[in-house]
Amino acid sequence: MNREYLIEANHIKKYFPIKAGLLSRVIGHVKAVDDVSFGIRPGETFGLVGESGCGKSTLGRVVLNLQRATSGEVLFDGTNIHQVNRQENLKLRRDMQIIFQDPFGSLNPRFLVSDIIGEPLRVHLRASAKEIDERVVELMSLVGLDPSRRNRYPHEFSGGQRQRIGIARSIALSPRFIVADEAVSALDVSVQSQVLNLMMKLQKEMGLTYLFIAHGLNVVRHISDRVGVMYLGKMVEIARTDDLFAQPLHPYTAALLSAIPKPTPHRRQERIVLQGDVPSPANPPSGCRFHPRCPMAQERCSKEIPELIEVGQDRQVACHFPLA
Amino acid sequence: MERNILEIKNLTTCFFTDDGTVKATDRVSISVGKGQTVCLVGESGSGKSVTSLAVMRLIDYAGGFIQSGNVMFHGQDLAAKDLDEMMHIRGNKIAMIFQDPMSALNPVFTVGDQIAESLMLHQNMSQQDAFKKAIEMLRLVGIPAPEVRVKQYPHEMSGGMCQRVVIAMALACNPEMLIADEPTTALDVTVQAQILDLLRRLQKELGMSILLITHDMGVAAEMADRIAVMYAGTIVEEGTVERIFDEPRHPYTIGLLQSIPGFEGERGGELYTIQGTIPSITQLPTGCRFHPRCPHAIDKCRKEEPILREVVTGQQVACWLNEDVSNHFRNNQRANSIAGSKAEVNRQ
Repeated sequence: MNREYLIEANHIKKYFPIKAGLLSRVIGHVKAVDDVSFGIRPGETFGLVGESGCGKSTLGRVVLNLQRATSGEVLFDGTNIHQVNRQENLKLRRDMQIIFQDPFGSLNPRFLVSDIIGEPLRVHLRASAKEIDERVVELMSLVGLDPSRRNRYPHEFSGGQRQRIGIARSIALSPRFIVADEAVSALDVSVQSQVLNLMMKLQKEMGLTYLFIAHGLNVVRHISDRVGVMYLGKMVEIARTDDLFAQPLHPYTAALLSAIPKPTPHRRQERIVLQGDVPSPANPPSGCRFHPRCPMAQERCSKEIPELIEVGQDRQVACHFPLA
Repeated sequence: MERNILEIKNLTTCFFTDDGTVKATDRVSISVGKGQTVCLVGESGSGKSVTSLAVMRLIDYAGGFIQSGNVMFHGQDLAAKDLDEMMHIRGNKIAMIFQDPMSALNPVFTVGDQIAESLMLHQNMSQQDAFKKAIEMLRLVGIPAPEVRVKQYPHEMSGGMCQRVVIAMALACNPEMLIADEPTTALDVTVQAQILDLLRRLQKELGMSILLITHDMGVAAEMADRIAVMYAGTIVEEGTVERIFDEPRHPYTIGLLQSIPGFEGERGGELYTIQGTIPSITQLPTGCRFHPRCPHAIDKCRKEEPILREVVTGQQVACWLNEDVSNHFRNNQRANSIAGSKAEVNRQ
């Protein structure tokens, strides 16, 4: 068995049925994630990027078994997380946590902050109220919140502080793996850098492994060791961060990188502007899913689906005619 | 020197709240020259959108009012106009596009109807002519098969498409001034690139001026001729795009620029942060509004509010201690670029 990876996803598919009519017959499927395989090594940050609707969040949820995959398997430390009983599942949940995007929607407004952070402790550990309170104080100071404010409600905190509450909750059980689903996307830049610093600090101190899902490429570049790029339910490229940004191999990655406005006025470079929009995942194009928008598509691209193949050390790309 | 199309002078706006009236913006001054793009940047709650609403006098419908100051547009003070007069200017001479294209369009009318509406209202066109012009506008903003699209409803289009329709609608009457409030924030990056390209092309073709509101320094760097940085309801720094990015002088601007993770240089290191959070407009600090978060604050900053003044040609700053601060930043920048070029050498 390959134990290089802490998390290993093999041929994950997640289809959502589209129902219509009186009898709710299934008339098709939204192929949110379609045959995706990747692995995350212990202690590393794996960045997952792509545009809205490409399936990155769904993949994150499937990896945590918050949503059951249609097919494929996810191995956590060698255990198939889709084939465990209730008891083992509870144990797995301790090791795998998630930080959500929306710091407003992900905290129960009727819970005190101490209850929000203490809830995983109450569920998973048989701890006394006093022990839980001590741990909450410890966690709040760890994420940079004032513990004396623990008996307040989430609305009394700012967006950045709420995201810290979400982080405190996710690390309460000392997990090994955390999915950060657009964890800093809703924050202003000055607050975003504070939260990123916190996440990097916690990773160092607790030896965490992150799956960092985001659409902000500069943030992903900063925090990730390796990056996976998704397009319309498919993984199109996986590479070490520096390699990916230095030389993207998939035309979509290249377009994505050049589309980001850089914060400098001196490089108003010619961009690769893609035509059209992302197609619907209910009815994806034939062959390579990117071919209708790809500036260098050829006939083969509309017929054959390119496989994600190894093209160098730690470098995979799914393209018939990779760049460079 | 080119004439300014729009000159906002000392604009102070207020909102009615349960705790009395609160000032959302305080003595904001911005001018936009003909054919220029001015970007208003700042974080959420800094008063960028309120400023744009005040220019359009839409603030009167949002529970606020202009307390003092002028909005000079072609020598007329929009702040003193009554709402009937404003109706002839709004959508005709000055147009606006909003952040969320889906909610800016009316779901029960076809996009053609919605574009034609302003033409029939402002330019007294017949329905037939207005529809023809609507098709022309859709073609101008790069929508394929405009003859078909014109009869469709907003829900039949994607987000990027809808934003193009909103732009077509805004430009239908050939406005001299376009106010764009976060026009690409709700869109994906590849679509954002399309829309920014479109705005640039149309500006060149039609010669209009743009006031672009954004929180994304990248967008500002790409689009702006001049940039105004807002913080807690005031403008803290204003200048040409090169000066703001190369020699920012206000500690807030400097902090903002440094806290963005870049595309070059060191990865994974600790990011620069501005301590604390933006103050609520109901509880503003005394003196300089930024002083509780400012790493360089001195006693004067706590007591007296700095006013925006020109420090070099083409750059205004509202800070008591700008010389030392900007020198500090420049030294940092130099250190960074040296480190960057060293890394380059190592790679080779």
